[in-house]
Amino acid sequence: MDFANFLIQLLNSVQYGLLLFMLAAGLTLIFGIMGVVNLAHGSFYMLGAYLAWSLAAKTGSLALAIVLGTVLSVLFGLVLEKLLFRHFYHRDHLDQVLLTFGLIYIFEEMRSILWGDNVHGVPIPQVLSASIPLTDNLSYPVYRLFMSGLCIALAIGLYLLISKTRLGMKIRAGAFNHEMTEALGINVKLIHAVVFALGVGLATIAGMIASPISSVYPNMGSQVLIMCFVVVVIGGIGSVRGALISALLVGLVDTFGKVLLPQVAGMLVYMLMAAVLLWKPEGLFKQ
Amino acid sequence: MSAAKAHLEQLPRGLQVALALGLLALLAFPFVATDFSAQMAARMMILAIFAMSLDLLQGVTGLVSLGHAAYFGLAGYALAFLTPQGEAVSLWWTLPAAVAASALGALVIGFFVVRTHGIYFIMVTMAFAQMVFFLFFDNKALGGSDGIYINFKPAAGVFDLENKRVFYYFTLAVLVLVYAFLRRLLFSPFGRALAGIRVNEHRMRAMGFGTFGYKLAAFTLAGGLAGLAGYLWGAQSGYVNPELMGFHMSAHAIMMVILGGTGNFAGAIVGAFAFESLLHAFKDLPAIGGFDTGKHWQLWMGLFIVLVVVFAPRGLLGLLDRVLRRKERRDE
Repeated sequence: MDFANFLIQLLNSVQYGLLLFMLAAGLTLIFGIMGVVNLAHGSFYMLGAYLAWSLAAKTGSLALAIVLGTVLSVLFGLVLEKLLFRHFYHRDHLDQVLLTFGLIYIFEEMRSILWGDNVHGVPIPQVLSASIPLTDNLSYPVYRLFMSGLCIALAIGLYLLISKTRLGMKIRAGAFNHEMTEALGINVKLIHAVVFALGVGLATIAGMIASPISSVYPNMGSQVLIMCFVVVVIGGIGSVRGALISALLVGLVDTFGKVLLPQVAGMLVYMLMAAVLLWKPEGLFKQ
Repeated sequence: MSAAKAHLEQLPRGLQVALALGLLALLAFPFVATDFSAQMAARMMILAIFAMSLDLLQGVTGLVSLGHAAYFGLAGYALAFLTPQGEAVSLWWTLPAAVAASALGALVIGFFVVRTHGIYFIMVTMAFAQMVFFLFFDNKALGGSDGIYINFKPAAGVFDLENKRVFYYFTLAVLVLVYAFLRRLLFSPFGRALAGIRVNEHRMRAMGFGTFGYKLAAFTLAGGLAGLAGYLWGAQSGYVNPELMGFHMSAHAIMMVILGGTGNFAGAIVGAFAFESLLHAFKDLPAIGGFDTGKHWQLWMGLFIVLVVVFAPRGLLGLLDRVLRRKERRDE
């Protein structure tokens, strides 16, 4: 593999890893703070992609679609938390698995009723449609760089939110000791709603920015959900830092596996997970 | 609701009579029903075997596996690979071989997953099942996304599974044998140890039980029994595809066990019949106006699952129990 090719694969793997992080961060936060396993997290990714497609078609601008879609998805997350998830924070994981599995079916059919079952493409915005030439016949699309940049910006924002702001302090306190935090007069219920909506928002944004390169299709959430599970298991449940490192690792293994060992590429990520489980059954950064 | 009541291990007399009547009904069914309904009943019996195998993990040992379909599918694929293009293959050696393939798969994956607990166990079983799914999905040599046809059903002397009635009674016999085996196992020292692990694994370890070995044995056994069901499924449908190992299949099995009631195997059978009947009822819903309600069966199934979890989290048996208790309290 020459250098230009290597660079392209490296950039692709970082971009894929960062996208996975956007999803895994919400999943791991929701689990770490509220103790809920959410199988429907992949559906939010799908929802994002369909929102981007339909809103971009209506407004004519992907950027506007992303802004509108983010607002809608956060509202959707708040409603969902209030009506359903809130009542499942202290229930068995088994109940949570079944609830969120039922939700996958409901979301899929709502998607089918609202938007149909066809595969759609979302055009890359004009300003980002260029490619950067690397050699005579190899180039790298600007849109993918933009995706990675946006993910990095959001990751930094998430880090600052959790570790530097007052709200982040309350989130960490609530995760550490729920009763004590409530006794100090902090509205933990509100914090939970915010964290849930944040997770939904991140997953939806991931779906929206991925839509121009992955196309928009039914059931697109399930595969990405399982990859997120792998990321969260490797990183350690509840750890956002673990999710970031593990997402980048999974991105590298998956992308380079497809190039170097195409016969077993699909299994490599799971082998990585198995190896981590043997070494650290609770993940690399268990909190 | 106390844990003991919710976790019904000993079946009350009334329920035993009901099960015996159910068995009689299944014995007589092919004589009164159409070929098609008898085939549907056989399919439900196969799923009941699958659900019982999961109940050994979920209800007895307290291990919620979201990847149990992998072992169901492995045996189906084993049958597909062992069946030659032009002739039927012997039941005698392919059935044990297919079950062994599933058990081996469960042993290898179990070696990794039973180290984990709670939520990790759920996620990791699901992830490994997906690995097996993609192994078959991505490789053309293993059938790829289209799957493999099984042109001839296995046969052995009088047990010619090509004959639909023979297949029906063979499946019924397997169902009864698996049920009897699991009921005995439940009250054996091994079964008591598994139940102990569900209730308090730390205490079991403190008492000197090697819980890792017990859990791995349960996982392997459950995988093998799921393989038994998968073999029959492959033989009946004459076709296997990666969907058999998919995560929807695994989740359906969990739902069957929950719906009937966990930890006693009878509930798993009832749940499998109930779930499948419901699934077909939803799929057969008529179109209302321009809206094809049957096509959107997932919506009804999803709503049904959510309603069950919200209002009857301990299954139909648990709901019945709660209603009866409320009545008792009113009577007092």
